[in-house]
Amino acid sequence: MSAQLKTNALESEAIYIFREVISQFDKPVLLFSGGKDSITLVRLAQKAFFPAKIPFPLLHVDTGHNFPETIEFRDKLVAELGLELIVRNVQDAIDQGKVVEETGKYSSRNSLQTTTLLDAIEEFKFDACIGGARRDEEKARAKERIFSVRDDFGQWDEKNQRPELFDLLNGKIENGQNVRVFPISNWTELDVWSYIEQEQIEIPSIYFSHKRKVFLRDGMIWSHSPFVYQEENEEIVERIVRFRTVGDMSCTAAVDSYAATISEVVGEIRSSTISERGARIDDKRSEAAMEKRKQQGYF
Amino acid sequence: MEVLKIATAGSVDDGKSTLIGRLLYDTQSLTTDKLEAIEKSSKQKGYDYLDFSLATDGLVAEREQGITIDVAHIYFSTAKKSYIIADTPGHVEYTRNMVTGASTSQVSIILIDARKGVIEQTYRHFFINNLLRVKEVIVAINKMDLVDYSEEVFNKIKADFEALNAKSTFKEQNVSYIPLSALTGDNVVESLGGMPWYKGQTILEHLEALEPADVYEKGKARFPVQTVIRPKTEEYHDFRGYAGKLYGNNIKVGDAVTVLPSLTESVVTNIHFFDKQFEEAAVGSSITIELENDINVTRGDMIVKSSELPKVEKDINTTVCWMDSKKLVPGAKYFVQHNTNRVLAKIDSVKNVIATDFSGTTEASQLAINEIGEVNIKLSKAIYFDAYNDNKSNGAFILIDATTNTTAGVGFIK
Repeated sequence: MSAQLKTNALESEAIYIFREVISQFDKPVLLFSGGKDSITLVRLAQKAFFPAKIPFPLLHVDTGHNFPETIEFRDKLVAELGLELIVRNVQDAIDQGKVVEETGKYSSRNSLQTTTLLDAIEEFKFDACIGGARRDEEKARAKERIFSVRDDFGQWDEKNQRPELFDLLNGKIENGQNVRVFPISNWTELDVWSYIEQEQIEIPSIYFSHKRKVFLRDGMIWSHSPFVYQEENEEIVERIVRFRTVGDMSCTAAVDSYAATISEVVGEIRSSTISERGARIDDKRSEAAMEKRKQQGYF
Repeated sequence: MEVLKIATAGSVDDGKSTLIGRLLYDTQSLTTDKLEAIEKSSKQKGYDYLDFSLATDGLVAEREQGITIDVAHIYFSTAKKSYIIADTPGHVEYTRNMVTGASTSQVSIILIDARKGVIEQTYRHFFINNLLRVKEVIVAINKMDLVDYSEEVFNKIKADFEALNAKSTFKEQNVSYIPLSALTGDNVVESLGGMPWYKGQTILEHLEALEPADVYEKGKARFPVQTVIRPKTEEYHDFRGYAGKLYGNNIKVGDAVTVLPSLTESVVTNIHFFDKQFEEAAVGSSITIELENDINVTRGDMIVKSSELPKVEKDINTTVCWMDSKKLVPGAKYFVQHNTNRVLAKIDSVKNVIATDFSGTTEASQLAINEIGEVNIKLSKAIYFDAYNDNKSNGAFILIDATTNTTAGVGFIK
């Protein structure tokens, strides 16, 4: 038995939020992308309920354009922890004619995920969707609540949000509404990486330096892949890169890096002068890109 | 790493966002891409300086109107501490947002425009900091560059604020005065020499020097139970752990405790955190505890040391800050959420509206949005509480509208 448990304020807050979720909602789900933030959420959920198992399933909204390393990692994690995994595919919504695939140079399935997510919420009657979004990521997310209420259409009414005071979280909703829950709202990118290092949490290999076929566009490093539109004059080169943030292959840019271990990654983030969303092609569309997507139900 | 939460409040034009932007910029917390976006946007608007407010005003409506509507959270860190700024609007119609920002903060920065001095909004910000018992207040006297860095102007404003502080009943509060220019950066992170007569700390130096004992009030240990953990597996067949976050003070294995409301007595036999066990848990930790005997404990119950029982009552005298456009009137029913406990409540009476400029109270029978007043509430079930002034977390509650489910107000028990 160790002497005294010191408090890690951010970890303690996240665990508190997880416990409020299972107490205030009937059908929570954890939105799992295979990225470092959702992997961190899984560890925090383990801590919140130990020695019991995590009392809700994971939902992966699969764009079909994932890095194969992410999917491999996802399946391994789920098997190891004995979790329930639900996968819903963006391809199905395209096949059903609910959404139309974007075309052209900057096409991505990123914003198409919203429809699939909302369909899954309706199918399973989820009333709380736990996500790994952080307020430091992006300026519209800086306004997000920890319990963020969405209407029947999944819409975020950013001008009419419930105030959140002290630790008091109000999860009372009407039938049909749902709440997006963000347990690591107050973490920064560096906090997440430091935590992954401290807890020795396993993450997909694409977060570490590797050789990859890429091409350059708009000062960003894009992956060469059948899922990513490439102009003929955009030349394929091999570079030593890693990913700081992992979404779809079509919306995530790589960075030049030799960081091959978690402590090297933390060192790199500490001295970096580029924000992590700087490598998110989906955010570059306009100054209000994220706010607009969130209003429509993006998470 | 230590996390310090700071509430900023200020009038529309006194440069709050500029100050925050400056703190980010001078601590190298603004990344190149964000900085480039600010440069681009400032240029488009024809400004000849960098408009740092663009780093903090996140919503389209805010950028259009150039004001902060909501609470925005901004993050920066030094080698010593992580800082979270809750940036709140300064307008009177956003009093509720200021209260929200202050509720989770240990430090407050009150901005004053050196050209205007202490104004109505200064009173309001300070009043809210007193009501919510924010222990550390920094009075940042900004735009000193526009008053020729005059020591006289600084001293006059300081004297005016000290007169205001004399009316405060929260004597443990520490108030400091710092003259600065957010635009040039003087006395924000470093002293740039514009005010050689000022020998004190810069804003960041002051924040860095704060110790936890300076900013946290310690009270009695309170452990509101969030959920009961029963794994029902072979290995943990009989495990029954009470999960929650610990407030007020530490708790130890062997402590004699009482469970409320049943008043059942027991002893802490185990403190779990994930797969490890501890002799003692520090205040603020989210833990799972086991008790000696098998007793009935559920969500909403509270475990306290037997020698430190809280008050248990059905009628509570409170100060409420109202946050809903629908007025608070006697007879109305709401849910009171106090810690992990949620009980139906009826508004018994509204006694008055308290002026946020320390000028006293006006008799009233209802509270409109952004008003603060004394309210008596009848609860359908007793709650176990402390006065807010003795134990913050166990003296605060929210009022939830039973029809719209919105968080309609916040209360502080006397």
